[in-house]
Amino acid sequence: MIALPVASIFTQAFLTSLVAGGLLAGVPLMFTALGEQISEASGVLNIGLEGMMLTGAYTGFVGAYYGGHDWLGYLAAIAGGMAVSVIMVVFCVRLLLDQIVVGIAITLGAEGATSVLQGAQFGQSYPRLPAASDVSIPLLDRIPIFGASLFQQPLVVYLGFALIAFTAWMLRRTRPGLNLRAAGQKPQALDAAGVSVVGTRSLAVLTTGALAGLGGGYLSIAGAGIFVPFMTQGQGYIAIVICMLARGRPVWVLIGAFIFGMSLQLATALQIAGIDISTDVINMIPFVAVILSLILFARGDYLPPALAQPYVRGAR
Amino acid sequence: MSDVATAIEDAPESVRATTPLTGFLDLVIRSVLPLLLALVAGGILIAALGHNPFGFYLDIYRGGIELSAWQDSLMRASTLTPIALGLIVVFRANIWNLGYQGQFLLSAAMVAGLGPHLERHLSATLTLIVLFFVAGITGAVWTLIPAILKAWYQTNEIITTLMMTFIGISLAAILVKGPFQDFSSNVPQTLPLNLDQLLPTIPGTRTHVGVVIAAVLVLVVHYATTRTSFGLKLQVLGANPRAAVHVGLDPKRVILTAFMCSGALVGVAAAIEILGILGYVRADYNPAYGDAVIPFVFLARLNALAVVPFILFYSVLSIGGDFAAQNSGLPVDFLLVIVGLTLLFMVFIEYLGRRREIGRSYITPGLRAGLRLRKPR
Repeated sequence: MIALPVASIFTQAFLTSLVAGGLLAGVPLMFTALGEQISEASGVLNIGLEGMMLTGAYTGFVGAYYGGHDWLGYLAAIAGGMAVSVIMVVFCVRLLLDQIVVGIAITLGAEGATSVLQGAQFGQSYPRLPAASDVSIPLLDRIPIFGASLFQQPLVVYLGFALIAFTAWMLRRTRPGLNLRAAGQKPQALDAAGVSVVGTRSLAVLTTGALAGLGGGYLSIAGAGIFVPFMTQGQGYIAIVICMLARGRPVWVLIGAFIFGMSLQLATALQIAGIDISTDVINMIPFVAVILSLILFARGDYLPPALAQPYVRGAR
Repeated sequence: MSDVATAIEDAPESVRATTPLTGFLDLVIRSVLPLLLALVAGGILIAALGHNPFGFYLDIYRGGIELSAWQDSLMRASTLTPIALGLIVVFRANIWNLGYQGQFLLSAAMVAGLGPHLERHLSATLTLIVLFFVAGITGAVWTLIPAILKAWYQTNEIITTLMMTFIGISLAAILVKGPFQDFSSNVPQTLPLNLDQLLPTIPGTRTHVGVVIAAVLVLVVHYATTRTSFGLKLQVLGANPRAAVHVGLDPKRVILTAFMCSGALVGVAAAIEILGILGYVRADYNPAYGDAVIPFVFLARLNALAVVPFILFYSVLSIGGDFAAQNSGLPVDFLLVIVGLTLLFMVFIEYLGRRREIGRSYITPGLRAGLRLRKPR
């Protein structure tokens, strides 16, 4: 038996790194999973999330690099993600084509296109952005362990928290939110109520693209500071899983993204604590956790009934 | 009985008869056009990046066919074909196995890791045979969890197979860096297999016999999917799961079998690649072959024979694409753009086809509406 230095694991440095890193890794997941939640609530399964995220990471990086300001980067990331989601809107919502095939096409195409564009632009070099500027909230940022990491963040992170609250409120209490859910639960009813199902879903998918793009943009602008081809490494798929486990509740997206972010960050934090576990083992943990939770709670799968079903007026 | 009737109506339309002329038109419009459009769009993209598209495609021809490059293309096809067959088997049953990367890499790691130990104790031929079984079983086992979750709890297999892929990629890296590592090498990789233990070549060429194995597999899978009761079971389950239960099929068993066959075929593909070409695996090895295969499986309308010309075409594209990309200074990932575009054009032509009633559908109605995740109450 190897005696683990249990007491030394939970040092302040370890916890601070875990929380800070978890947040850094969790924010892109939070934005992207929130986007998927909106899309799924309206009945569109977005497998192309990975591609939208990657496009956002690329356009965001380019925007911040040439524009010289983070916010231009984030705007470019949103625009990039939305541009890709237009493909999904046209093919899946308007023309009623297969959502899974189009999603795979978007991911593959975006992987190739961003890699080619990065290569054509910068060749083998990966230029770095200046460090993102943080906004501290006075007093709160002095709370030990998580104060500095929670309340000393780029402005866009606070925006994300606000967005979670806003989405939760919107889906529950407002007419557009209820329309959105109706499009996923019973599109016929929405249609009969005189609201366009296609319009509602189009708007939802565009929002998803914007949020996934923003998540990707955060990854390249605030997270890494560089753009590397394939840098999302399956995070778009993790976001889909977070969204499925969150069962339509935005608050659970926040919690899920944070937990996944922390487990992505665990390797670094453990190294700070002096324990060297291979990153491969750590990388497996979130996925093993998901598989286990699916095995344990498999029966409780929550998904809107009309998910991935194109809506044809008057069809059986 | 009415359910059975719907099942036949909804069955992949390849079952129905067509006249030679409409059949030919259909072939051109539905199968070749998306690929052509993708190549044209890709060419426009190359031109936009300031390169000569004709030069690029000419380089693909040179690097993929001329001299003896066609042999490399053929060997690439022998790896891609079993993956395509594996996808055909599950897609026919209306199941999305998107976990092919994990199945491939894990099988590759097992073959490369166990190979050097086995060849010390067994004869060369026996080693090869055992390794093929190891690969097939590894691939099959890696589909078990998604298969069981799908069969018993209707858990969405897209999500579970993707999760298993990520676990498989990490696990393969752990194996290569851990128990299978060759510590005499600076990079984490497995012990290289002896050259004479690798797949023998076809006399007169430098092409390995994996090509023959792949060809045999094509015939076997084509026979099994079109001429046997197993193939019909896949089709009925894929077309209409309720009808499948009505005619006395056990969906759980069919789902499990289809998933495991698929994983085994993907594993065999990995064995062909490792034993035929590489001889070892590096920890960061991930050729992502399966992604490229998906559109061609649909273009061939889930037909094991029809997928072969597409795979051959893509193999030339991918072998020649390496050469063309080096020549022009573009990243190799450019091919992914063409693959993505092919898929998009394919669904778009599917849409036009449905509107104007030309040709036949790529995607079975079952797959199209395949995401019924909730348990019927």
